[in-house]
Amino acid sequence: MVATLEPIVGRYMTIGLGGRAHRIYFEEAGQGIPLVCLHTAGADGRQFRHLMVDDEVTSHFRVLAFDMPWHGKSLPPQGWESEEYRLTTAGYTEMIVAFCHALDLDHPVVMGCSIGGRIVLSLAIEHASMFRALIGLEAADFQSPWYDTTWLNRPDVHGGEVCAALVSGLIAPQSPDETRHETLWMYKQSGPGVFKGDLYFYRVDGDLRAKVGGIDTGTCPLYLLTGEYDFSCSPDDTRRTAEKIRGAEVTIMREVGHFPMSENPRQFRRYILPVLEKIRSAS
Amino acid sequence: MPGDFDNDRLATAFEQLPRLLADDPDLVRRGAFFDARFEVGIGAIPFDVVVAAGKVTSLERGPFVMRSWRFAVRGTAEAWGRLWQPVPDPGWHDLSALVKRGTASLEGDLQPLMANLQYVKDLLVLPRRIAAEQR
Repeated sequence: MVATLEPIVGRYMTIGLGGRAHRIYFEEAGQGIPLVCLHTAGADGRQFRHLMVDDEVTSHFRVLAFDMPWHGKSLPPQGWESEEYRLTTAGYTEMIVAFCHALDLDHPVVMGCSIGGRIVLSLAIEHASMFRALIGLEAADFQSPWYDTTWLNRPDVHGGEVCAALVSGLIAPQSPDETRHETLWMYKQSGPGVFKGDLYFYRVDGDLRAKVGGIDTGTCPLYLLTGEYDFSCSPDDTRRTAEKIRGAEVTIMREVGHFPMSENPRQFRRYILPVLEKIRSAS
Repeated sequence: MPGDFDNDRLATAFEQLPRLLADDPDLVRRGAFFDARFEVGIGAIPFDVVVAAGKVTSLERGPFVMRSWRFAVRGTAEAWGRLWQPVPDPGWHDLSALVKRGTASLEGDLQPLMANLQYVKDLLVLPRRIAAEQR
């Protein structure tokens, strides 16, 4: 078998978040408009690896994905052993803004999935003028819980196995086995309590139902794409959210679930390429 | 089976669980540390299921009088019928999706279920393969 070298490059940076130093890992590929990708809860930036090797994307966009602190190859901050990890709206926003500033990205596009989709809505509310466009994958202003998160981190249940088993149902039945199981592998690798800590933002701290009506898509266009098999953030959740935002564009993706970019990259590009083209044309 | 949510037909499909599992040695391997007695409600028909080291050692169709179990998974006939379609519809394609929409429930001590969740979910969708066998 001939070895192949991918165009993706990975680097580390140390940035201050919440007054503490954080060593962050990020990957990037391509040139052009900065496109910052935000992974789902309990996973990491590898979810976007297929997008980063898609010439039709990377010929016009500089695609970047960082692992959030505590995730992937990014470390938790010093002293992590004596605290419970909890993602908050303020902390999540700070890390995205700090990452974009650290790399001096000029009006980047931010595309986030799941919790990344939720924070994209928050960015649209609070920081619209910073961004060229915002893309929420599997995004809504609120979703009804469908399991008790205390099961995610306790000694008599394997955390990686139960996290993967729960989210496995969010993958569409049509998604290829290879990418289905690669998506689940990232959940199996997640550190103890990290998925649960991310969901604090999702379920407790990040309810945007009273705020999304204030989003001005004239300042920053907003695209919302949701998979038909996602029962965590269902198409109805996304539609209900979009009804409150004048100018938001909604796409329901067929034969896709909660992880479009990683569970079925080929199907996802059918939907995301036209959105990226629209953003490029307007730039 | 499409569109057929008859209790007896679904229960007959579920009774094939030991055979379907025996044809899936990888699933047996993944259940190597799973031992439990649990109840599965297929519509109005309860089943007493005993799993030892990932193998179904007993599958008994109810009704029962005072049968004990560690946990129970119950679904409406429509829930199982739709879940077992070769390509299930959105929202009917996973046990948790059924629980969220209120057509299935999880009861009792959920620790052994959650500790072996992928195994149990995969076990309970094995009847999906029957339609493929009949083609």
